[in-house]
Amino acid sequence: MLEINNLHVDIDGKQIINGLTLTVPAGEVHAVMGPNGSGKSTLSYTLAGRDGYEATDGTATLGGADLLGLDPEERAALGLFLAFQYPVEIPGVAGMTFVKTALNAVRTARGEGELSALDFLKLVRARLKDLGIDEAMLKRPVNAGFSGGEKKRNEVLQMALLEPKFCILDETDSGLDIDALKIVADGVNKMRGPERGMLVITHYQRLLDYIKPDKVHVLAKGRIVKTGGPELALELEEKGYGDVLAGVAA
Amino acid sequence: MSATAETVADVERLNEKYKYGFVTDIEAENAPKGLSEDTVRFISAKKNEPEWLLEWRLEAYRRWLEMKEPDWGKLGYPPIDYQDAYYYSAPKSNENAPESLDDVDPELLRTYEKLGIPLREQEMLAGVKNIAVDVVFDSVSVATTFKKKLAEAGVIFSSISEAIQEHPELVRKYMGAVVPRDDNYFAALNSAVFTDGSFVYIPKGVKCPMELSTYFRINAENTGQFERTLIIAEEGSYVSYLEGCTAPMRDENQLHAAVVELVTHADAEIKYSTVQNWYPGDENGVGGIYNFVTKRALCAGDRSKVSWTQVETGSAITWKYPSCILQGDDSQGEFYSVAIANNMQQADTGTKMIHLGKRTRSRIISKGISAGNAQNSYRGLVKMLPTAEKARNYTQCDSLLIGDQCGAHTFPYIESQNRSARVEHEATTSKISEDQLFYCRQRGIGEEEAVALVVNGFCREVLQQLPMEFAVEAQKLVSISLEGSVG
Repeated sequence: MLEINNLHVDIDGKQIINGLTLTVPAGEVHAVMGPNGSGKSTLSYTLAGRDGYEATDGTATLGGADLLGLDPEERAALGLFLAFQYPVEIPGVAGMTFVKTALNAVRTARGEGELSALDFLKLVRARLKDLGIDEAMLKRPVNAGFSGGEKKRNEVLQMALLEPKFCILDETDSGLDIDALKIVADGVNKMRGPERGMLVITHYQRLLDYIKPDKVHVLAKGRIVKTGGPELALELEEKGYGDVLAGVAA
Repeated sequence: MSATAETVADVERLNEKYKYGFVTDIEAENAPKGLSEDTVRFISAKKNEPEWLLEWRLEAYRRWLEMKEPDWGKLGYPPIDYQDAYYYSAPKSNENAPESLDDVDPELLRTYEKLGIPLREQEMLAGVKNIAVDVVFDSVSVATTFKKKLAEAGVIFSSISEAIQEHPELVRKYMGAVVPRDDNYFAALNSAVFTDGSFVYIPKGVKCPMELSTYFRINAENTGQFERTLIIAEEGSYVSYLEGCTAPMRDENQLHAAVVELVTHADAEIKYSTVQNWYPGDENGVGGIYNFVTKRALCAGDRSKVSWTQVETGSAITWKYPSCILQGDDSQGEFYSVAIANNMQQADTGTKMIHLGKRTRSRIISKGISAGNAQNSYRGLVKMLPTAEKARNYTQCDSLLIGDQCGAHTFPYIESQNRSARVEHEATTSKISEDQLFYCRQRGIGEEEAVALVVNGFCREVLQQLPMEFAVEAQKLVSISLEGSVG
């Protein structure tokens, strides 16, 4: 599903991602863990196509389609979704307007045509119910004045509405207390399925108690330096990143 | 006696009366090029105006000659040659009008399409030959129902030319009462040569049964470049008036100088909404309308209220400061503005709130958006006179920049002569954030649509002041105005 091969990314002339290779098959959830500055956020921004995060070498494909040459909205239309570490506030734009615009843009790009106002409302209400979110959230401007938990729940709601093929969760646990974390993880788990892949990027093991990964990769100095099962996350939690990093230097 | 013969007779009478004589052929379709007392007499005669009005115009013209064009706006444009323009052309001259939509600028048609304007209306807006407004609205019936309803309520809604004939006492009493004919250079010019405009009179205690719109006014074509509007709301009455149109109108006159006067008596309210979308010129700044407007309201009565809402997206040059004189005690003035300047457009716009009465209140919400190489200025005056006991003003003035070649400027002037009066001013300037655009795009929204979404959010407080249908159109217009501003 997601195949990254020998990816290199420079930011302001400094190499951040340095020959990263990673494959996430459909139906699997992989975690990428790493210390601060290891390139976690750079990886998610590069995959999503943010300006200034261009690959200098290597490839990244989703379902066989080359991602790196596409605009962010084209990647979204292909089914790539990034749940932001810091969801952005858009004052004055009601959440309902935002998700409707996004959903219709994605549907149009996929040749599915826009949803009627009624069908859209039905869909939104169904998803809100699934996730136990109050419709009032969508009447407020996007993320404006939201608590950390509300922002992350809003990300999960958008994910559920857009039904992406592949989800990247960038440090979704940051800024969440344990109750909020459970709710968000619960929403993410409902999205798991045989057709969908996920990449969960996190610094701490805590999130992986609630979103159980199939595989765990350790990112350090811009490369995957170790891959293992869920037990690897526990090991990192216990021993810290020191041992793994020492291995890289050697 | 035919109308023409009457006019000729009138002109002959005028000839006898005035020493300046009258050299222009009244049978001509157009006034000769340039501006002179003859031009003023020609216009007045063509419109069969009473003598007092001709005198009024001539005095305005003489004052105009002594005045200087204002240069304090943050605007740059080549000198205007007032002698190189026509000030009157016969209403039905459409010799150069396109034969069909095939002859119309495809760019214009594209815009109509985006705004979702039906074909028939497109033809009218584009000025296609032989399209009458009542054809467009399918419907003498709509027009008739509309007129009947207003008449039942006792509301007068007509062209100002018609009002001069039918209700001269009202026109004479109020015209120039709010904007004196020598108020400023452009107001004096308008007073001398105004060709038409709208007149509204709402009798005591009447709530106007519908939104009044120039767009729907029958025979609204060719109101011309020097429009004059007068709205009077008697005690306890209410009217909502919509001016302009989201669709760009075909117009060959580059210079526009309108005057709008509003009067509210005790407990009356006027809500005046404008969408201005005249041709802004191309991306290099060639062509485009110069729009110099004087709009002012007099809240004469206690507890009266005027609310100005404007969405300014068109014109190469905008010079416009809709104002309120808050004379009655507890009267209120509001100004909600969205001004968008893209490419080479220049806008210098804002408001004046003059507080005279006790406990008068004013509220100013201004949203300026600059893109391309445009310059956008907010200029506002809040004045508290010694009589304005416990008056209040709140001003919020936000600027949004798209790209790094444009400019936003804020010129707030505050003069307070009463210690109990309170004035609050808040201003922000921000750039459209790359974070916001990326967030939208990651969700599948294209870059231009993302900009439109963010900008519409920025303007929301103002757009929601517009009547519902207008607000929806205005949102589309905001998007269209910013096309090409990114990428």
